[in-house]
Amino acid sequence: MALDDRKSEFKFVGTRPDRPDGLDKVTGRAKFGADAHAPGMLHGAILRSPHAHARIVRIDTSRAEALKDVKAVVTRADFSDKVAFKPGLKGEFWNVLENVMAGEKALYDGHAVAAVAATSALAARDALKLIEVEYEVLPHVTDVDKAMQPDAPVIREGAADYSVPEGMHPNVVRYHESGHGDVEAGFAEADLVIEDHFVTEATHQGYIEPHACLATLGNDGKGELWCCTQGHWIVQKTCAALLGIETSQLRVTASEIGGGFGGKTTVFIEPVALALSRKANRPVKLVMSRSEVFRATGPTASASMDVRIGMKKDGTITAAQGVFRLQGGAFPGAPGDMTAMCAFAPYHLTNVRQVGYDVMTNRPKQAAYRAPGAPMGAFAVESVIDELCNKLGLDPIDVRLKNAAHEGTKASYGPRYERIGLVETLEAAKAHPHYSAPLKPGQGRGISCGFWFNHGGETSVSLALSEDGSAQVMVGTPDIGGSRASMALMAAEVLGIPYENIRVTVADTATLGYNDVSHGSRVTYASGLATIKAARNAVEKLCERAAAKWGIPVDAVKWENGCAVPSGPNAGDFDPMPLAEITASMGRTGGPISGHFEATPEGAGVSFGTHIVDAEVDRETGRTTITRYTVIQDAGKAIHPAYVEGQYQGGAAQGIGWALNEEYIYGEDGRLQNSIFLDYRIPVASDLPMIDTVIVEVPNPGHPFGVRGVGETGIVPPLAAIANAVSNAAGLRMRQLPMSPPRVLAALKGNG
Amino acid sequence: MSKIHVSTTVNGDAVDYLCDPRETLLDCLRDRLNLTGAKEGCGTGDCGACSVTVDGRLVCSCLMLGVEAEGKKIETVEGMADGDVLHPLQKKFIEHAALQCGICTPGVLVAAKALLEKNPDPTEEETRYWLAGNLCRCTGYDKIIRAVMDTAAEMREAS
Repeated sequence: MALDDRKSEFKFVGTRPDRPDGLDKVTGRAKFGADAHAPGMLHGAILRSPHAHARIVRIDTSRAEALKDVKAVVTRADFSDKVAFKPGLKGEFWNVLENVMAGEKALYDGHAVAAVAATSALAARDALKLIEVEYEVLPHVTDVDKAMQPDAPVIREGAADYSVPEGMHPNVVRYHESGHGDVEAGFAEADLVIEDHFVTEATHQGYIEPHACLATLGNDGKGELWCCTQGHWIVQKTCAALLGIETSQLRVTASEIGGGFGGKTTVFIEPVALALSRKANRPVKLVMSRSEVFRATGPTASASMDVRIGMKKDGTITAAQGVFRLQGGAFPGAPGDMTAMCAFAPYHLTNVRQVGYDVMTNRPKQAAYRAPGAPMGAFAVESVIDELCNKLGLDPIDVRLKNAAHEGTKASYGPRYERIGLVETLEAAKAHPHYSAPLKPGQGRGISCGFWFNHGGETSVSLALSEDGSAQVMVGTPDIGGSRASMALMAAEVLGIPYENIRVTVADTATLGYNDVSHGSRVTYASGLATIKAARNAVEKLCERAAAKWGIPVDAVKWENGCAVPSGPNAGDFDPMPLAEITASMGRTGGPISGHFEATPEGAGVSFGTHIVDAEVDRETGRTTITRYTVIQDAGKAIHPAYVEGQYQGGAAQGIGWALNEEYIYGEDGRLQNSIFLDYRIPVASDLPMIDTVIVEVPNPGHPFGVRGVGETGIVPPLAAIANAVSNAAGLRMRQLPMSPPRVLAALKGNG
Repeated sequence: MSKIHVSTTVNGDAVDYLCDPRETLLDCLRDRLNLTGAKEGCGTGDCGACSVTVDGRLVCSCLMLGVEAEGKKIETVEGMADGDVLHPLQKKFIEHAALQCGICTPGVLVAAKALLEKNPDPTEEETRYWLAGNLCRCTGYDKIIRAVMDTAAEMREAS
């Protein structure tokens, strides 16, 4: 039985059935993080630092604790009767603990310093007002370039790792340098060299559902946690470490998740809720306000970048060099290395060098946001390429095609590419009616390519067949955007039973092996691969049962259209035996039939996209309107095309927000000034046009059906594509995001 | 603080609850009546995830106090379907894949229903401006707008 034959013809894959969780989600029945309730439940609330940087001299919780409605108060220094958090943690667990509850210092505006659990949410909020905290305010820094200056306040001594060269400021905590060839020799060959400085501001993932959880932890060391997360095993592992309990004794259930985009790949409130629950001996529900989400969860890194590219008159890039400084808040982790590695990845370059810095400041710890680090670098690099095209009078798609990476190209970050689809996206862009459509006066068109690595990650899937011939699939990756539908389609394809006969469940940590987070565009790739292999595992067992019944060797049985069929010399000897016939008697023929997969798939397959944008700039107000938008991206194989399109459209819309409006604004006092959606304005329906999509399919050799992840690449090109469109419309180069009306107006008036 | 007794009508059912005068209508729906379909995305009336109608008027339930519901008629997403028959908008949202994570969906559906009751034949621009108070971070609104327009067309044909 040739189970590993790559499929190119599909019955279910590539169709657009209704998602299995659709009914729950349009009727209000789906249970998200804040929708859970438990008997005897308390409500938690967290007190947060109003200072960007301050030593915590004293915390007096006695007045709050004296309230009748208050059942528990915790701080880091809480050693009164029970230890709230495990002492003596090291490494990343210490960093997480330090972020979820401040130790000696508050490191940013919004940093948690104490928490209470009370009989109602209002009582908990009232109690916070009675906690007295004495702060010694320290000098702060929130800007990446200032944080690297010799006189900048030190966020934390000794946070830098081995990679940082001697003599750098202690706020520089990681350093990356890579590339190949001789860039200076390359620049000497160029007919034109352009070097420019680019700046992007921090933006927030902006998921509409604030973080929420319901925690129960007893003194027996056993706990239950319900939370909205992109990955409940990492929550389990982290919370268990912070609370000092055994990992397996904490069962974590992922609620439906109201958006994540990378921002729900770590913990913020979950360990605090567990600590409160353990102290109060009651379940504790903790829900963040929107303002808490902005102030104390992970926005993106902000960036300061210098990019230099040399080009010949025919469009050949002779050398490329970039320095990318990323500000990641009060903890190590800003993806300066990712920015550097992705920046030039779309191009076949002889001479390339890139440097990335991870810099700490007094801001909340950055978190992943869709292809973390890549959009900023693409903004800088693709802007310089656009400027070179303009100055040399070259077509921006032709130039990109001329330099495009292809199979066998040595990537700017090291390895050689396998089969990739960049050229196909560029050719599709060139052929798209959008690219040749005339522009109106005041409008400009922008092009950009984008790259993301994609990820495999640890994955477990179990598939169990029922007596009636239906199947249940247990996956461990929360469904953020329709992945239950994709999993059911892939299982249906292998089993040969209808899509509707398959139920996909996001299993909790007690019912399935370890699963990495829903991140890295990995769900359809890795959980999909695992589902296919688990289904094939079940099919092998189904064939064994049929072979035994027929009394022929198992290798003389093949699986076709949901039936065991005799093949080879036995072909036609017996009628095909449907899956439901085999499962109906499975209890008597050897027991339950299930399929499993537990491994770490390594063949994620890198991903490329090309975007075309038209923008119109109002020269009186500086306001930019996106008039047309087309996303072209390689999906490898689109399992459920509607949800692939949705990923493309969503990535583009977030990119539009990042490019035009969104930014973290800090005052001189280091406090975040726009911590609600009114002031931090994400795109609304009336801001956007329809977003056209083209799904290119260049199969990924590392997936049985050819899938490449699609979740992240879609946010890489927009910043640059929109900046190029705005620059071409305005007739000047925009080098700083967001291109908000005041900034564009200042540039138009020559003050930019 | 002593609680206040409120009698109101939610999705056609007469209901009573006791609430703190500081609690919002959203708090009361979710915590007092266990109707968790309306979501709190912001608490400041900016995201629309808590959209309900009060005496037929579309409101953010996070901006209204629970005590103000006295004697009113409240409609939430839980009341949109007629028994096991989904509202045409609900059907079209599934069909068009007009939701990804689904957290904004209840609010968008309630707001879209209010739009179609007021204007059965909205233009794309009218639809976009009506739904400008409902934030969606996943979809880029494309499929949402198409689903609403398609529903409107189908409902016009049916009537």
